[in-house]
Amino acid sequence: MAIYRAPIRDMQFVIHELLDAQSCFAELPGGEEASADIIDSILEEGAKLCESIVFPTNRTGDVEGCRLDDGQVRTPSGFKEAYEALCTGGWMGLACDPEYGGQGLPHTLSVFFEEMLQSSNMSLALYPGLTRGAYVAIRAHGSDEMKRTYLPKLVDGSWTGVMCLTESHAGTDLGMLRTRAVPDGDGSYRVSGTKIFISGGDQDLTENIVHLVLARLPDAPEGVKGISMFLVPKYLVNADGSLGERNTFSCGSIEHKMGIKGASTCVMNYENAVGYLIGEPHKGLQAMFSMMNHERLMVGQEGLSQAEVAYQSAADYARERIQGRALSGVKSPDQPADPIIVHPDVRRMLLTGKACNEAARALLGWVSLQVDIAERHPDAGMREHAEDLVALFTPVIKAYFTDYGNEVCNLSMQVFGGHGYISEWGMEQLVRDSRVAQIYEGANGIHALDLAGRKLSMHEGRLIKRYLKILEDFVAEHRQDKKLDEFIAPLSGAVAALEDATRWLAKARMEDPDEIGAASYDYLRLMALVSFGYMWARSAAIATGKVEGDNTGFYQAKLTTARFFMKRLLPQTTALVATLRAGSRSLMELPAESF
Amino acid sequence: MKILVAVKRVIDYNVKVRVKADGSGVETSNVKMSMNPFDEIAVEEALRLKEAGTAEEIVAVSMGIDRCQETIRTALAMGADRGILVQTEEELEPLAVAKLLKALVERESPGLVIVGKQAIDGDHSETGQMLAAILGWPQGTFASKLEFETDSVNVTREVDGGLEIVKLKLPAVITTDLRLNEPRFASLPNIMKAKKKPMETLTPAELGVDVTPRVTVVEVVEPPKRKAGIRVESVQALVEKLRNEAKVI
Ligand SMILES: Cc1cc2nc3c(=O)[nH]c(=O)nc-3n(C[C@H](O)[C@H](O)[C@H](O)COP(=O)(O)OP(=O)(O)OC[C@H]3O[C@@H](n4cnc5c(N)ncnc54)[C@H](O)[C@@H]3O)c2cc1C
Repeated sequence: MAIYRAPIRDMQFVIHELLDAQSCFAELPGGEEASADIIDSILEEGAKLCESIVFPTNRTGDVEGCRLDDGQVRTPSGFKEAYEALCTGGWMGLACDPEYGGQGLPHTLSVFFEEMLQSSNMSLALYPGLTRGAYVAIRAHGSDEMKRTYLPKLVDGSWTGVMCLTESHAGTDLGMLRTRAVPDGDGSYRVSGTKIFISGGDQDLTENIVHLVLARLPDAPEGVKGISMFLVPKYLVNADGSLGERNTFSCGSIEHKMGIKGASTCVMNYENAVGYLIGEPHKGLQAMFSMMNHERLMVGQEGLSQAEVAYQSAADYARERIQGRALSGVKSPDQPADPIIVHPDVRRMLLTGKACNEAARALLGWVSLQVDIAERHPDAGMREHAEDLVALFTPVIKAYFTDYGNEVCNLSMQVFGGHGYISEWGMEQLVRDSRVAQIYEGANGIHALDLAGRKLSMHEGRLIKRYLKILEDFVAEHRQDKKLDEFIAPLSGAVAALEDATRWLAKARMEDPDEIGAASYDYLRLMALVSFGYMWARSAAIATGKVEGDNTGFYQAKLTTARFFMKRLLPQTTALVATLRAGSRSLMELPAESF
Repeated sequence: MKILVAVKRVIDYNVKVRVKADGSGVETSNVKMSMNPFDEIAVEEALRLKEAGTAEEIVAVSMGIDRCQETIRTALAMGADRGILVQTEEELEPLAVAKLLKALVERESPGLVIVGKQAIDGDHSETGQMLAAILGWPQGTFASKLEFETDSVNVTREVDGGLEIVKLKLPAVITTDLRLNEPRFASLPNIMKAKKKPMETLTPAELGVDVTPRVTVVEVVEPPKRKAGIRVESVQALVEKLRNEAKVI
């Protein structure tokens, strides 16, 4: 069985020690509520709920999956009860606006809670995760009346929200989508068309579901500039807020798929369904981006969340499973063999998980704090700086976290040997569940393009320049510190490599447009590794000051893991720079027929 | 009616307890601590009585070091109204706790005291009984069901042979058993409200109670390691071994 204990101590390290989040929150209006003891209580109580109520539904969800029963999707047993526990506990509205019934706490705290929720059950967590995204989009672009009608229900979880973009012929390229909307004369619209792969398109957890649908108006221009966003509820809402008629759309079928079997993936048929325009006509894609940017960070976190469960389970197993003897001599003479954790190769797999998870948690925490600053800080300059970092890191977190997350699930399954391949142990489920995060919410290759193509050139390179400045300042600040040399020296080298690659890319893009496409994936990985290195160096700087006299082993483990990262994972940057600089020719030369 | 609930900070039930190297006790530093599970049941029962209109106010008390405040906060986050910490560095024995509770009862005059039937660290199962005795109040221990009448309560007790129902005149002391209820999780809004709820700190001296330990701990040791099992050839061999080696039949 997979095991999961919410990594509260490490979360506290990130929030209190690495980010000093409390002082940052104090500068944000409404943020002063989030004092250190409130943060700790939220982590502890949230962990209890996730570990004891949500986590037990994870295996059941995988075994049972969703069913389509006479037009109604049924979620696996236990999902409804767990979902209701989240709602009655008020967890759905953690970071939502108090005006709509939320608790108004910083987004960063919600992100830590969401990690626990996703670790406990990634499929179940999708329903509230998408709802949060719909809340963000409606709050940013909806009319006042729409906000009053829908937001309180999304905040308390009595309704969910979903996003409906994909059609069978239009996935990455949304410009080709065909779903239509025509004005109804009374200010509303009639939406017709078929969407596929809609997560949570139908479910039996809540009485109503709010679909945010991308569609074309009759006068729409071709391509992405002709897409509008509509709010299409499963049940129409009466003037007094009660539920009225069933809207004219339905779930045609649900997909049979590799993982996240507890999350319904629906084909949705809209037949003249009543919808309401959100935001301006033809500006639907921009509006949807409010939701998608939120979802992208969340999907990135899915990678971390699954890798955390996988790592914890593998570490536990490796301490118990005895097999073979240590190369350096017997370690457990009272047993017929040593626990497999003595073997260097097993440690390679475990440490990769530990080093990546802790760095990812720190990086996501840091970026989430930027989300809070971008949204709430009184100073416009601070907001802009934070927005730049969020924009820069969104593709990195989405793509790299889901890539490494799936890899760590695989490595952790490997630690279990043949038992990892057997369903009862829960490890193969993690590999299957985590896999989708590399595909949905935009395939990872598209995020690499977003980073290397769009984000690098935005505002004449301001985003990346700002980040490089942060890195250079950090290195300069600690360069003289002898105790930190083993961390700062490799980081400094990797930062130089990132600068070099960034310059090379800026030049290459002028010469051949394919260069960006060819270099983008390597560049994204390079930037992710440098950022993990930055987080490890920051962690090490804190840990060196606290390691003495600490009898828990926590800070020592931070230093040891930081060392592993610097010596064994960060050097991948060298290879990435080499492949990236190799140029596009070796990729483009082979004619399509020769494949 | 006012209800006094006692909550103890103990090593979390998930933690593998380790004996300190010097044998003076168990390791508690840097170990996850939580509210004693039986006390969670006590808080839950008090909350249900308040929700049913039987009680108006719930006071959660804890005794021990400063950090017991966290345990009180948990009770407040579940829904208790205010907290009292009796702060002391002294290792508290059940009798001392009972005396402190008595002093608080005299200050607060609750109509009911609910405590866990035992704490999962010391496993004494004495405090509630001692408290009832020194107060001269009736006691309903190992309760799995409470039914209130105007000035009395019917307590269903879990006893060896099954269930026993006793009728107590109020005020009374109740100790909770596992089946009394299933405690709720603190809701997020309540966690935030808990911070603003009043919490008072007192000392044993202020309550006029001497808490000096009366028992000396000689040594704390781990239970002996279980030996590996063996496979026997036949039922006769098993019976033989159980009779002559294990001497259990
Ligand atoms: C389980 C699941 C749940 C989903 N949930 C939702 C949902 O709730 N709502 C929703 O709207 N959609 C949802 N999707 C759809 C998902 O977002 C799309 O599958 C995804 O965006 C990719 O689109 P596609 O499948 O059409 O692949 P394609 O667009 O056909 O892409 C195929 C491959 O080509 C690459 N590629 C395509 N274009 C380019 C390019 N220009 N440059 C470089 N490479 C390119 C891609 O990276 C990819 O590797 C879900 C999908 C799944 C599997």
